Amino acid sequence: MLGEFLQYLFSGLTTGATYALVGLGFAIIYNASHVINFAQGEFVMIGGMGTVMMMAAGVPMPLAVLGAVALAVIAGVALDKLAIERARDADIVPLIIITIGASLFLRGLAQYFWGKSYHSLPAFTGDEPLKVLGATLLPQSLWVLGVAAVLLVALAFFFNRTLKGKAMLAVSHNKDASRMVGINPRFILMLAFALSAALGAVAGIVSAPITLTSYDVGIMLGLKGFVAAVLGGLGSAVGAVIGGLLLGIMEAMAAGYISSDYKDAVPFVIILLVLFFLPSGLFGKRGTERV
Amino acid sequence: MWNRFRNPYAGLPVLAIVLAVLPLAFSNPYHYDVAIHVLINAVVAVGLNLLIGYAGQISLGHAGFFGLGAYTTGILSGVYGWPPLLSVLAALVVVGVLAFAVARPILRLSGHYLAMATLGLGILISIVISTEGWLTGGPDGMIVPTISVFGWELFGETRWYWVMAVLLLVAVWLALNLIDSPVGRALRAVHGSEVAAQVAGVNTISYKVLIFVVSAVFAALMGTASAHYSGFITPDLAGFFHSIEFVTMVVLGGMASTYGALIGAVILTTLPQLLTGFDDLEMVIFGAILMAVMIFMPRGLVPTLTARLRKGS
Repeated sequence: MLGEFLQYLFSGLTTGATYALVGLGFAIIYNASHVINFAQGEFVMIGGMGTVMMMAAGVPMPLAVLGAVALAVIAGVALDKLAIERARDADIVPLIIITIGASLFLRGLAQYFWGKSYHSLPAFTGDEPLKVLGATLLPQSLWVLGVAAVLLVALAFFFNRTLKGKAMLAVSHNKDASRMVGINPRFILMLAFALSAALGAVAGIVSAPITLTSYDVGIMLGLKGFVAAVLGGLGSAVGAVIGGLLLGIMEAMAAGYISSDYKDAVPFVIILLVLFFLPSGLFGKRGTERV
Repeated sequence: MWNRFRNPYAGLPVLAIVLAVLPLAFSNPYHYDVAIHVLINAVVAVGLNLLIGYAGQISLGHAGFFGLGAYTTGILSGVYGWPPLLSVLAALVVVGVLAFAVARPILRLSGHYLAMATLGLGILISIVISTEGWLTGGPDGMIVPTISVFGWELFGETRWYWVMAVLLLVAVWLALNLIDSPVGRALRAVHGSEVAAQVAGVNTISYKVLIFVVSAVFAALMGTASAHYSGFITPDLAGFFHSIEFVTMVVLGGMASTYGALIGAVILTTLPQLLTGFDDLEMVIFGAILMAVMIFMPRGLVPTLTARLRKGS
């Protein structure tokens, strides 16, 4: 009983950590620009596929990981400079279409250069499962959780203790006022894209040994990351992380105790229920809108 | 010289003539097939434009209604042997009731939360369709019988072309009528400022619900027509990407312009046909075009170009 529950909890936390990192990427870009970046999932794909392809070309794993993260960051910055920055006055709907166009573009390039087949990365430290209270835990799951935790602590430090991080928070609160105190919102926006591309890529790399990767993994991951960000209340970093973990756990519990057929439907059922009853997410600001 | 175009109904006879003359240029069934797909998408886009362009409410899930319509009529006529005309009607009722049931809680939301909710609804419909394989054939799709109206069998590209052309004319006429009515004025007020509209006594919620249901039923109608025309349906019809295609047609052509939605449908339906020669790069080029048009013409083709023409004349 307990073993079974723990088993689902472990697998839920592992996928949840990936959703959390992707959701965090959504929140960071949303805060800097009020843009929902539907290409977020493609950064995850670039991370996983980039590492696989560089390793296949003979690059040692640590370098391949760095290279793949760099590739995702380049894609993120290019997306910002070539598309988002030029269209910053556009409405919500054109911006959504631009980022969806970008995701098709990146996915298409990946398919063209890297092919359509599924790939896997070797686990970082072996495949021998650990036994914990009757449940088994893959060492790679510990890697996923550990890396996610380290990234979260580093981000918390960045946003609360460094000047650049505080500037990013300032821009999210009030763009005009932050410009007056000498913050360059364009630079902040670029930083936001670079940061969330890196987060997505890392999530893609650490989860690739467990979930496989291919040119089209970004679609579902991107959508679920968006669900995580909205679940936590758009723009709340803590909310996105909790939202992501909750989604992962509930998905695993539903798959384990009810039916795995509808695993992918769980996040969307949850978000519809939450939006119907708590229209601004679990942790969103409830304030009234000024007209 | 542009005043003549102020009366939106003036375009209706022009559209009818274009639709009537167009087949003269068709030399094979493939041309008819492309034209039929353009017409299917055009009706959906005209309906969705009422919601996005006029009421200012985004939906990233309209393919869900399209797919639900297609599968309802497909299952009722194919599996349970209903007469197709009755199953089409049933599909419209099913989608209309579902849209009405979810409209109120969904349309309370705005901006990205509205986008999320409509996206979630569409994806749920497509997941249910591909999971309930015993009824829908799952990801492999299912076969749909042909339709016959009082003994006249609706079969073949030519007959379908004329049916779809009439559907489009009726849809455009309905849309223009709606825009020109008190409902349309109320909707534009909602788009401008919802609070101001409420203060002025407009019951904004019930207008938004009305338009949501109308646009969902338009999508469902074309879903059923497309199912009986092609005789084969897959869950992709209800998928996220298909929803995005519909939204892009509306935005690409130009929001709040019924003829813009038409042009968006023409472009977005024929573009992939033109790109098939590029094989593997099709997705890359398609994505690049979407980005470029939205970056350089965020208001869409028709409003941008007419504004330019006006300036020039």
